Amino acid sequence: MSQARATHTPVSEIRVKKYNRREAIAGYLFISPWIIGFLVFTAGAMGYSLVISLSDYNLATGDISPTGIDNYAGLFEDPKVGLSLANTLFYAVLAVPFEIVFALLLAFVLNRVGRGAGFFRTVFYLPRMTPTVATASMFLLLLNGNTGAINQFLAVFGIEGPQWLIDPDWVKPSIVLMTLWGVAGTMVIFLAALKNVPVELYEVAALDGAGPVRQFFSITVPMISGAIFFNIIVLTIAALQVFDQAYLLFWRDQTNASPESSLFYGVYLFQQAFRQFDFGFAAAMAWLLFVIILLITLVQVKMSNRFVYYEGDNR
Amino acid sequence: MSASTSTGTSTGSSPEPSPNSGPIVGLPPALDEELAERPAARTERRFAGDGRYRRRRAVAKGVLWTLLAALSALFLYPFVWLVAASLKPRGEVFDNRLIPNTILPGNYAEVWNQLPLFSWILNSIVIALLAAALVSISSSLVAFGFAYFRFPGRGILFGLVLATMMLPGAVTMVPQYLIWKNLGLLGTILPLFAANLFGSAFYIFLQRQFFLGLPKELFEAARLDGASYFGLFRRIALPLSIPSFVIIFLFEFQASWNNLQGALIYLNAGSVDGFTVPLGIAYAMTTFSPSNGGQGDYQYVMVASVIVTIPMLLLFAFGQRYFIEGVATQARKG
Repeated sequence: MSQARATHTPVSEIRVKKYNRREAIAGYLFISPWIIGFLVFTAGAMGYSLVISLSDYNLATGDISPTGIDNYAGLFEDPKVGLSLANTLFYAVLAVPFEIVFALLLAFVLNRVGRGAGFFRTVFYLPRMTPTVATASMFLLLLNGNTGAINQFLAVFGIEGPQWLIDPDWVKPSIVLMTLWGVAGTMVIFLAALKNVPVELYEVAALDGAGPVRQFFSITVPMISGAIFFNIIVLTIAALQVFDQAYLLFWRDQTNASPESSLFYGVYLFQQAFRQFDFGFAAAMAWLLFVIILLITLVQVKMSNRFVYYEGDNR
Repeated sequence: MSASTSTGTSTGSSPEPSPNSGPIVGLPPALDEELAERPAARTERRFAGDGRYRRRRAVAKGVLWTLLAALSALFLYPFVWLVAASLKPRGEVFDNRLIPNTILPGNYAEVWNQLPLFSWILNSIVIALLAAALVSISSSLVAFGFAYFRFPGRGILFGLVLATMMLPGAVTMVPQYLIWKNLGLLGTILPLFAANLFGSAFYIFLQRQFFLGLPKELFEAARLDGASYFGLFRRIALPLSIPSFVIIFLFEFQASWNNLQGALIYLNAGSVDGFTVPLGIAYAMTTFSPSNGGQGDYQYVMVASVIVTIPMLLLFAFGQRYFIEGVATQARKG
């Protein structure tokens, strides 16, 4: 990477001479697939989306009639937009900390095992390889409030389990449980970070009398803070777009009377676009989501600049 | 202890390379071996010659293995439960027994009559193979363009590649649907893989990192021998980048196999035979649901779930280190 940078830094005055014309043309040819794709499926699509969000799109005729900001105003008039947004934010705030802590626990344990770690890593990773539909088809039964295995297990300890899939308060924890089962991706990132923490730091800390808990919070957490923030950002973005699990458990069947608390933003957007065919409204919803994700990510990055320890560079 | 997270910035420098500076996707130092060796060595060094730690160490080990056993049980239970449920008769699917009262291997024969599962699997395989092959080749081409050649605007364009990784799929979902509609390609499987012809941001990033790690002399020597630019790519860069190429292929294959939303958008209106695996099983979940008007033979959904999971487990059995390495690399792009 550094080599490439070094050759790439020349100032503008010598630029014309610096580039070899044949080489430059070849370079553009190599990246041309991406340029075409970007122009059509990213930039083009975004522009198109903006136009649609400011119009009424007639699916039958394909006509687009401009309506100004009606769709955006409609976002604030439709109570389900606010409801689904609140559901989604609530879900993200619930899911992300659980995922981070659980993945960190798994990685921490694996990092301590020594021989046999490979085997357990495989065990923890298998759910991640399981297609989401298969996971959902299982959890639909496992989470059943009356006959499900989870509540039967809780009953062993005398705990009466909730109606996971029916009680509005337990809908989001249900999805969190499903997500935690497949948390191994996050775990692998933590594991890689943990292996990069220098052993010497622990040795010095142990000599100074720091116990395991103290070592964890004073050495491990700061040293892997980069991975923690990366995972928080990625998981938050994913949580704000949650669709598959919610659709499969609650909205698969259109006659199904699912609790309103399971209506996530991604699901409602999908319904508006591909069930109601109100593309203008759906496009406006998508832009609102984009702005929200951008803002949340920006705040998180700003915070990460304050808290994250970047080794070897002064950002 | 509570303030310690913020004191992290002053922990000082360390002799070890940071995750950002290491050779990316090197693969040869396999994570498996590292996992097995390093922590063990770490523990030994740490406690060597210090007798008073020995007892605490034994306790810690006990706690560790208990925790591992409990966690493994937690992760494996749903699999055992699923296989058991898939072997049960209709009336016993919900009984949570891990060893079925009545074992019906015949479910695995009957499922093909109950659901067009074969057709779904075939559709999914075709789409996943095309999606994976197209995206690994196109991303490699683009990555080579960014890694090897110098041209005006390269930095900005690569920045744009990285920026598209941040774009939520929802923003382009509707317009892309309308693009395919305008092209008259709705109802075909093309929308589910054709955009992969143009590369994908994360994979481009991954391959570019790999290409940048290759020694420049290789390419210079080949140039002197009269190799064309495309020859450099095909004869040197591509063969040497097989490890990261495989990562891309496997990742995309899995993503495609899992793609429910795409199938819902583009195939749901068509015939049931034309569904993919995720769409098909979602459909089966509704048709065979024990409530909401389903007919109740949920054991076939369980069988189908087992059958469509097996290819993914096989993929993992053969390509485990590629998956792990690929995931670990994601965090290094920052």
